[in-house]
Amino acid sequence: MAGSTHGRIIQDNQKKLNHSSGRNSSKAVEILLIGAVLFVFIIILIIPLISVFLKAFEQGAGVYIASITDRIALKAVRLTLITMGFAVVINTAFGLTVAWAVAKFKFKGKNLLVTFIDLPFAISPVVAGLIFVLLFSTTHGVTAPLLNAWGIKIIFAPPGIILATIFVTLPFVARELIPLMEAQGTAEEEAALTLGASGWKTFWFITLPNIKWALLYGVVLTVARAAGEFGAVSVVSGHIRGLTNTLPLHVEILYNEYKFSAAFAVASLLTIIAILNLVIKNISEWKINKQENT
Amino acid sequence: MNSIGKPFRLKHKSVIPGFGITMGFSLLYLSLLVLIPISMVFLNSSSMGLKTFWEAVSTERVLASLQVSFTTSFLAASVNVFFGVLFAWVLERYSFPGRRIIDGLIDLPFALPTAVAGISLTTLYAENGWIGRLFAPLGIKISYTPLGITLALIFISFPFVVRTVQPVLQSIDLEAEEAAACLGATRFQTFYKIIVPTLLPAIITGFALAFARALGEYGSVVFISGNMPMQTEITPLLIRTKLEQYDYAGGTAIAAVMLVISFLMLLFINLTQWWASSRDKA
Repeated sequence: MAGSTHGRIIQDNQKKLNHSSGRNSSKAVEILLIGAVLFVFIIILIIPLISVFLKAFEQGAGVYIASITDRIALKAVRLTLITMGFAVVINTAFGLTVAWAVAKFKFKGKNLLVTFIDLPFAISPVVAGLIFVLLFSTTHGVTAPLLNAWGIKIIFAPPGIILATIFVTLPFVARELIPLMEAQGTAEEEAALTLGASGWKTFWFITLPNIKWALLYGVVLTVARAAGEFGAVSVVSGHIRGLTNTLPLHVEILYNEYKFSAAFAVASLLTIIAILNLVIKNISEWKINKQENT
Repeated sequence: MNSIGKPFRLKHKSVIPGFGITMGFSLLYLSLLVLIPISMVFLNSSSMGLKTFWEAVSTERVLASLQVSFTTSFLAASVNVFFGVLFAWVLERYSFPGRRIIDGLIDLPFALPTAVAGISLTTLYAENGWIGRLFAPLGIKISYTPLGITLALIFISFPFVVRTVQPVLQSIDLEAEEAAACLGATRFQTFYKIIVPTLLPAIITGFALAFARALGEYGSVVFISGNMPMQTEITPLLIRTKLEQYDYAGGTAIAAVMLVISFLMLLFINLTQWWASSRDKA
């Protein structure tokens, strides 16, 4: 905390310096630039955000409540929650493991490994869906003979949706943890181990408290993306109502049926998740900064 | 595990336990979930034979979709370079009421599901929408045109440049700027000769990230583009259409092209980072 106030004082002094040395025009430029930012911010980000809620309530609260408590909507909520659960648990386990391996050890090929973790971010969501179709489609997939013999359905069924979602959310926890754990180094863990703590105990009592906010933020990002993923899920879903529709796919169906208020009502649920995500992000960033400065 | 031969070490010695198990699990997980699935695209494409592959990816419709995707993504990323530098500058250098709120909401496009962004923007910019209505009398249509696609792509890739430029701007020494000002440089000259060169790697990285994200974007564009083949059909949508028509080979071939482009972008971004960090050391 002390560090950041100190930083702020320096910044303020620099601002004063800028002003005292500045020309008359600098204040005008400042106002102009701030005005431009406010204008762009409102047009590009705020109006689309607010319009979701305005459109959702356009036909009154009755339609809103009916739309989000509709039987098919609730099934979509359920599938979205299940998918989210799988993505969070599995990718948190992966994120912690890979971050431990990458951040606490030095080895050859580390950069390549980190690039592999980034791959799901780099490729189009549609391609992400396609790769699982190529693997698990019962008509075109490489595993089709096996799947047909065993009667397993992955594509156009919930397992495909879960797989595709796990794929697109794979990097989040790992990407939040790796830089932080690398910056924190290994000194504290080495001390604990030298004093006789077991590896597991060291992780639980030393590493985990140090990374908890970054971990939380990684999980929040995973939740938001899992709830909102559209492209990849749309390819593997098959759009069977009540069975393979997640919330974003349900929004699409309602919108394409011209049920705009209902579409925006369901969309507003996803928007609330997004806003919560931003709130937690800002809290955890503040906590991480505080941690670093003490 | 620890060493292969004497001089070459795969891994440095360490007292920290758990390298074998964490590394093993990570590699297994990445192979099963990322590497093997992605390699399917290339396996399937290579089994098509070069001629069929070329025919699948060089049809007029595919080329038109690539053109739409590249132009709109390039435009969106360029606009975001301008907005990004502006936002980073104002947020880092000026204090004004609401600064923290704006800073906190910059990441909204990353948090908001793309489908939600898509229906919201489409409704706003349609001819009878709240914003589209202002442009309709001028004869400008936004939704269901390439302009609409560009707009959606500007939205979804908005945070990249801001977030890459901000930390660099934070760490810049004000001394160089002050020196330039003392030597009689105008503010504009200081900006172009001192600040822009320092920010350049971050700007290029932000541009590339935004461009890559825009190229692959599907969820928001599918609503606002109108999806007219040859005119407003982006490449990811064309892949999706091919799959719906059970043309798996055609879809996979286009996906292979998209993947190669993604890998090149990733390589380019990594090279830029490497260039930036080696420049900082020098």
